[in-house]
Order: sequence, then C-alpha cells, then structure tokens
Amino acid sequence: MSGFELSCPMPPTGQDRILLAHGGGGRLMHQLIERVFLSAFRDPALEARHDGATLEINGVRLAFTTDSYVVRPLVFPGGTIGDLAVNGTVNDLAMCGARPLFLSAGFILEEGLPIETLRRVTEAMREAAARAGVRLVTGDTKVVDQGHGDGIFINTAGIGRIEAPCEIGPQRVAPGDAVLVSGDLGAHGVAILSVREGLEFDAPILSDTAPLWEPVAALLGAGIQVHCLRDLTRGGLAAALNEIAQARGLVISLEEAAIPVSEPVKGACEILGLDPLYVANEGRFVAFVPREQAERALEALRRVPVSAGAARIGTVLDESPAAVVLRSRVGGRRVMDMLSGEQLPRIC
Amino acid sequence: MKFVDEYRDEQAAARLAALIRRRVTQPWTIMEICGGQTHTILKSGLEDLLPAEITLVHGPGCPVCVTPVELVDRAVAIAEIPGVIFCSFGDMLRVPGSRRSLLEAKARGADVRIVYSPLDAVRLAQAHPARQVVFFAVGFETTAPANAMAVWQAARMGLENFSLLVAHVLVPPAIEAILSSPQCRVRGFLAPGHVCTVAGYQEYERLAERYRVPIVVTGFEPVDILEGVLMAVTQLEEGRAEVENQYRRSVRREGNRQAQEIVREVFQPSDRAWRGIGVIPLSGLELREKYRRYDAATRFPTADSPREEAHECIAGLVLQGLKKPPECTAFAVRCTPETPLGAPMVSSEGACAAYYHYGRREAAS
Repeated sequence: MSGFELSCPMPPTGQDRILLAHGGGGRLMHQLIERVFLSAFRDPALEARHDGATLEINGVRLAFTTDSYVVRPLVFPGGTIGDLAVNGTVNDLAMCGARPLFLSAGFILEEGLPIETLRRVTEAMREAAARAGVRLVTGDTKVVDQGHGDGIFINTAGIGRIEAPCEIGPQRVAPGDAVLVSGDLGAHGVAILSVREGLEFDAPILSDTAPLWEPVAALLGAGIQVHCLRDLTRGGLAAALNEIAQARGLVISLEEAAIPVSEPVKGACEILGLDPLYVANEGRFVAFVPREQAERALEALRRVPVSAGAARIGTVLDESPAAVVLRSRVGGRRVMDMLSGEQLPRIC
Repeated sequence: MKFVDEYRDEQAAARLAALIRRRVTQPWTIMEICGGQTHTILKSGLEDLLPAEITLVHGPGCPVCVTPVELVDRAVAIAEIPGVIFCSFGDMLRVPGSRRSLLEAKARGADVRIVYSPLDAVRLAQAHPARQVVFFAVGFETTAPANAMAVWQAARMGLENFSLLVAHVLVPPAIEAILSSPQCRVRGFLAPGHVCTVAGYQEYERLAERYRVPIVVTGFEPVDILEGVLMAVTQLEEGRAEVENQYRRSVRREGNRQAQEIVREVFQPSDRAWRGIGVIPLSGLELREKYRRYDAATRFPTADSPREEAHECIAGLVLQGLKKPPECTAFAVRCTPETPLGAPMVSSEGACAAYYHYGRREAAS
C-alpha cells in the first residue's frame, strides 16, 4: 500500500451569509463587528469596544449599553430569559464601573405564546431589577407571526452612573496586573445545554445568572484601583481574555489549576465534549487589578455572596505578541485561543 | 473528578517524564494515532515535559479529516433535499465540501441538526414519519456499534424513513498503510484507547510483529499519554516490538464482544478512500446486503459534482505524520479555522486545529 496519492483535501470557501457562529462570541463575531458594524457606525465611544459606552454630559459620567436575549429554553434551571435580560445589561454597566440606574425593555413576542409564560418572565425581570436596584422605566412590545420568533426575544438597554474614580477598560491593563475571576466558571452554559440535551444530574446544575454591581462596588469601596472588568458571557473566559490581550498588546499568563470550575460542571463538560473555559457565564467576571492589591481585592470580593468563590488565576506579562498563555495542570505551557465560532459537540 | 483528576496530576506527570528522560539514549519518533490524543498533547503542553530525543508525530485518527470530499458534497446535497432532516455529530458541520459545508447549508435553510447519538436520529425518524431522517455515520471503530445499533433498531421497528450515510473507517489498515510507505519514519505507535475498547488489540499484534514496531494501546489524559510514551520508549530501547496495553482501565485484549457482534451483523469491511491519502483496501465499513435499504447513498442518488482541491494544503502529509502543521506554508496565514483549506483545521480532532488553537505561539514554549 505504498505511494498514496497525496491530494489536497479542501477547496477554499468564503462566507457570504450569516452563520450561527457569527453570534458565538468568537473570532467570526469579531470579524463581523469590525467589517460591518464598526465600519458603518464610526464613533469614538463605539470604537472603545467596551461592554458599554462611557459618556460625559455636563460633568456627569454615564455608562450606556444595550443587549438582546434569545435563549432556548425560555425557562431553565436557575433562571429565565427575563433574569438574563435584566442581569446582562446591569452587568455590562457594572463592567464600566457604573451603578445601574435605569433600564428599557423591548419584547418581540411570537404569536401563540402563552400569556402565563410571559407573566413568569416579567415576574423574573421584576425580581431581578429589584435585586440589582435598577428601575425599569420604558418599554416596547411587538408581536411576530408564529414561526418567526422563538417565543420571546427581549432587548434591554441601560444607563448607569460611573462611580469608579478612574476609567476602567482594556487600555488600563498593565504588566504585572493580577487577573482575578469572581467565581467558578461554566455553570450557565452547561445548565442550558444539559436541558437541551436532556442530561440529568444528581443535583441539577443551576445557571449562575446574577447582578454584578455589588461585587464591583465592593472592589471600588475597598479602594482597589480596578484597571479592567469584563463579564464572561459568550465565548467564556477565553474570549474575554483574548479580547483584552489583543486590545492591549500584552500576554496574559494563566494557571489552569487555579481556575475554579465546580465538579458537576467539570463532569458535564467531559460528557458533552466542551471546555468550561469557553462556556458562557451570566454572573461571573474577570478583574485586572494592581498586583499589590490582589489579596485585598480578593477579600473584598469574597465578602459578597455572588463572588464568594473569587480566585486569582493569572498575571499580565510585558511580552509580545499578544496572547493568552496557560500553564496546564501537568506543567506544560500552551496558548488559550479564542474560539472561531461556537463549540460544537464532538464525535468521540 | 474520579478517573480524570488522577490522570491530570502534575506530580504523576513529572515522575513519568523523569523516567522517560532516564530511559532515552537516542532519538525516537513516535506517532499517536488518535486526534483526541493529539489534542491532549498540545492542550497540556506535553512536549515541554519530554526530552528532545522524543519526537511525537500525529496520525490519521481524525475521522472527520479523512472523510472524502465527495462524501461531504453528497451529505450537503442530501441535506438540501426538501423534507430531509440531516443529522450529524457536531464536528462534521464545519468541514467544507467542494461547494459548501453542512453549516453553510443550514444557514441557507437545510434542516441540519446536531445529535449526540445516532439513536437520537432514530427517535427523530419516529417522531417525523412524513420526513426522511439521514444520519451521517462518521467515525472509527468507536462509533460503529452505536451506528450499527441504530440501523438494527430501525429495521426492527420497520422505520422506512431512516437511513445512514456511511463514512466509517478502521484503524489497523491505516497503520499498515503508514508503515508500508517508504517515507515512514515512525518507530513506535500509541494506539487509540477508545477504538481498542471496542475492537480489542489482537489485530495490532500482527502489525507489531510484521513491521517490528512497538504499539502501546494508550488513553487520552496527559498522564496516560506520558505512560504510553514511556512504555513505547522502553520497548524501543530494549529492542522489543510488542503490543502493550497502557489503558487497562478500559481496554481488554478481545475488546467488547457484544459491540463487535452488532457491528458484524450490520456492516462489512470495504475499500475506502481517505481524504488526502487515497484508497486503502478494506479500511472502511459498508452496510451488509440485508441492511442495504438503509443506505442513504442509494436512497438519495446525487450527481457527483466536480471537486476542487486547494493545492497548497498538505493535510495528506500531516495525516500520515510526514509533516507537522506549522511546516505548511498556508498554516495560520491562508488556512485558518474561518477560512480552512483542509479538514484538519476545523475538526476538533484535527492536528492543524490543535496547533492553531494551542501551540501557535513561540512564547507558549
């Protein structure tokens, strides 16, 4: 059987249509933002590419953000699309160092949706808003034909007052900064997937959806000079850290063994063939703080229930080219790349 | 987590690495067959722990990578037939055919669904009696029993709207193809633990003897792979060429007899083209006559379209361990996960994807 034909196995293909992966938080989504949206809507506030825009009006510093929510199932272990829609926007404001004040909510409802489901979702939104201390002050409703929506789509926008004394953003990340995460990773994405795949566990894995202003306020209140905050939603820890490393042109070095992942999430990820570092969270964030303040920052975070599991996972290095590098559990080093599209379950 | 944590333990890894260093006296090239093992090696940075004498090269054990482009084209054509529900494991969706990938077909309106098991596809066929449900049966010996079981169940239930697009491949003929190539520089193999869990390793004994090459049946965790390398190196240094089993917690010499029986009931060996490599005799599986009516390729005859191949891609050489991904001039430049020239760049078991995601940067070493 010697002398096979060494033909080349694949033609080049371009993408001329939107794929699901364009919304996955990975490289494809970034290309879409750069090539379509940024080129169309040039604006300095937009080009900062933070979780929200920071604006100044008559000396008052405000943060402004918007997000849309499409999730199936609408109700999942630990939350509903309603909690997500409130917490997600609250958290984007918190990541700008802003106390969330006002939200809008736009609903796109599918014909035939049971009103009871909508009530359950709005009740969850009311509770989430109360917990986050934010007021829902304006809204909109549209109904689309059956089959043209997925039950409920929600868009929320939010305004917050910036309380951080200095600007918070990737540009302030500096060599030597400590990298902290606010708790164990992967629970939200695994909770959703396990419902979709019909997986059952001894104790169900609950979504981590939660408002994050309280732990951010705790950091600011403890006098921590917070350099950068990012919530770990689509694309998980890997996407967030790669964005920051690229934006700042530095290396972020992580210790795999220090990254908290709960045992049930680890187990589910093994079964589903997923990497928890790429799985979405809805109540977790990463914080970059000066190295000498790392311990104090961790203490402040751990006093708040939602960030009681905070941990230091790495350090920023003055190296190039920009990358996220991880020291594996067994002691080897490798790159932790951004995903191209979505994580897809694998064969074996 | 039991059965995982102890095989990712830093001290155990360091101990094995020290033993390997002590045992090695000369350069050895060892091939891990399975793409899952390749990913563990890159993801854990295992090459950092190994002495310079050991070169690991990556084998053809990525079923998605070796599925011929004609079959991907056929899958896309079937998926685009109105009324068809096309089911596949997630890995296969991004692999572009001559015209497009299954994921792109989905974006254009084809009903393409990711399933975790072929039995989910059988259930879909039951739930949608008016529609044709096709499952893309890709994989090595590991996935063959479940795929065979799906066909067997469909036959037992008299489900006439279920069929299989078969792209099954077998490991031992591929190892033999690599060993019989005059360019072969592999001196030892880590055989795929999960394939052997199903198929056993008796067939590998003939190969070890005939080609005078050690073959170690190996697991997928970092400590498994280091132990597999240690066992292979020990054999090489002692001049032995035997089959040994590192993955004892899962593999028995005879394999899983029940699983083998259902595979034999439904499938028979057949010649199979491997993408980038060529036809290897009796290296695949096809449905037996008795189950031929479940063959999607005959149920949905599609015209073979002319296929176009990118000339720069060296996937065939990578899949045989003759080149490493970074040696390709297109790697990470013209070939990326977004614009793949070869399947190994998009499969989760592909060597090019492993290097792109985990090993692309000097600073990592």
